[in-house]
Amino acid sequence: MSNELLTSLAIFTLAILVGFEVISKVPATLHTPLMSGANSIHGIVLVGAMIIAAEADNPVSYTLAFVAMVFGAMNVVGGYVVTDRMLQMFRKKPTAPKATTEGADGAPGA
Amino acid sequence: MSEQWIYTFVYLAWLAGAACFVLGLHRMNSPATGRSGNQLSAAGMVIAVGATLVYLLTREGGLSGTALIIILVGFLIGGGAGLYTARTVKMTAMPQLVSLFNAVGGGAAALVAIDDFIRLNSGAPVDTTIFVVLGALIGSVTFTGSLIAGGKLQGLIPGKPIRVPGGQLVTIALAVVAVLGTVALILGAYGTLSLDSTTTLALLGVVVLAGLIFGVTMVLPIGGADMPVVISLLNSFTGTAAAMAGFVLGNPVLIIAGALVGASGAILTKLMADAMNRSIMNIMVGGFGGGDDAAGAAAGAGGTVREIGVDDVAIQLAYAQSVIIVPGYGLAVAQAQHAVRELAELLEARGVDVKYAIHPVAGRMPGHMNVLLAEANVPYPQLKEMEEINPEFDRADVALVIGANDVTNPAARRPGSPVSGMPILDVDHAKSIVVIKRSMGKGYAGIDNELYSDPKTGMLFADAKDGLAALTAAVKAL
Repeated sequence: MSNELLTSLAIFTLAILVGFEVISKVPATLHTPLMSGANSIHGIVLVGAMIIAAEADNPVSYTLAFVAMVFGAMNVVGGYVVTDRMLQMFRKKPTAPKATTEGADGAPGA
Repeated sequence: MSEQWIYTFVYLAWLAGAACFVLGLHRMNSPATGRSGNQLSAAGMVIAVGATLVYLLTREGGLSGTALIIILVGFLIGGGAGLYTARTVKMTAMPQLVSLFNAVGGGAAALVAIDDFIRLNSGAPVDTTIFVVLGALIGSVTFTGSLIAGGKLQGLIPGKPIRVPGGQLVTIALAVVAVLGTVALILGAYGTLSLDSTTTLALLGVVVLAGLIFGVTMVLPIGGADMPVVISLLNSFTGTAAAMAGFVLGNPVLIIAGALVGASGAILTKLMADAMNRSIMNIMVGGFGGGDDAAGAAAGAGGTVREIGVDDVAIQLAYAQSVIIVPGYGLAVAQAQHAVRELAELLEARGVDVKYAIHPVAGRMPGHMNVLLAEANVPYPQLKEMEEINPEFDRADVALVIGANDVTNPAARRPGSPVSGMPILDVDHAKSIVVIKRSMGKGYAGIDNELYSDPKTGMLFADAKDGLAALTAAVKAL
């Protein structure tokens, strides 16, 4: 194996360990947004699509690169926007003062 | 500036992008910092993609006009489609959209790998061949697998497990074909097998095709309720496929981001499966393994249940001090989140203390119920997680169960039932229980819910949305 490949393997291994650690303590509430967020990150394959587009020199490669670009861009843009929409809903809303069950207010209308 | 210098800066920008992904993902572990985390991750993506464009434009030979058009037009079409669907999708349909985005991501990784393979065909070294073939194979599996999973959630494909004739055998045979093809390609690259370029391409075609069909036969037999776990698993696969593409291209940001998603996706899959008391193996093999024979513990079909009318429920709710609402899958399917918020606000205006008990797997995905209720403007502090709310059921006057089933079944506390050991909401501890449900149909576990035959329980048979609207009207009329 080339030196470059060995370095890549080292990066790969460390990134896997980081991936395991970064996720360990998440409340279940956030599982879906987190999955969606991770989903947007693998849209990084868009970079790969750009590189093959640049190197394409025949109709087959052009077609493959074009479809890969469309797919990758959809993954990236759609992924981040939908994750943002989900997370936006977790912001704390100012709760209007309301009557609670305390005191004589216990069973109104009873 | 020399080309080498530019490449150095581009490389550093890629690393910066990768760092943003790690930090962004970390910030998404908490609701307070989640949104900024996602934005940080998006910023990392902009940096990485921007740097790549600079690199391609400035390197020797530059970017041909055709390539530039492919990149720009492809980005506009794909990005536009993603933006439009992400902004317009109803929050209830959001899980299948995530699945669709995962499918196209996997498809893109497969295409990048396939294109590289065609280019390197004559004289690709062994190691490159390994990564190319793995990327193409994994990408193909996630492409069709995610499409099927999304189709199941969307209802385009029946959610119930579909048994393919010869089922498991076909799936295993496909896996064998894919592995053999991969091995043959690697041996070909090593020189053990002498393959001409046509044979090599045909072999890759076979591997990709086997992967595509494998994705279908793998997901079809899995029930709709397990789809979140499956999507999460496929998400992890796509990350791995992206990392494989990174190895082929020698690109650090693809390797780091891909490995990051591959690993975090795997952990997330395990967390989700744990919350549902299922093992990943069990889900992938399909259906509840074992346990079934002991399921007879519950009362016979229907048992004796007490039906209750809308007006009775309205009176119970309106004169209660404390009501705990237990929303479930049925509420998500009926899109009744706005209706439930309306009822809750009406009750609060009458002085009733209203809280929501959120089971970790309520809705269609873990955390999905929180998103749905938040969308309907239910104040976040009213949403209580299971550990927090369970002690409060003892003091609750009414527990209103809306379309939730297995997560409330007291049978889970005893051994010998398919749901045994699953963490449940202690709904049966409430003074009175009202269940809104369309029919006596069984939950995902396929067993009767003992809660329904509890003497304290009244059943209100209605669609979640219609039932809640009728209740709201009845409470108003009091």
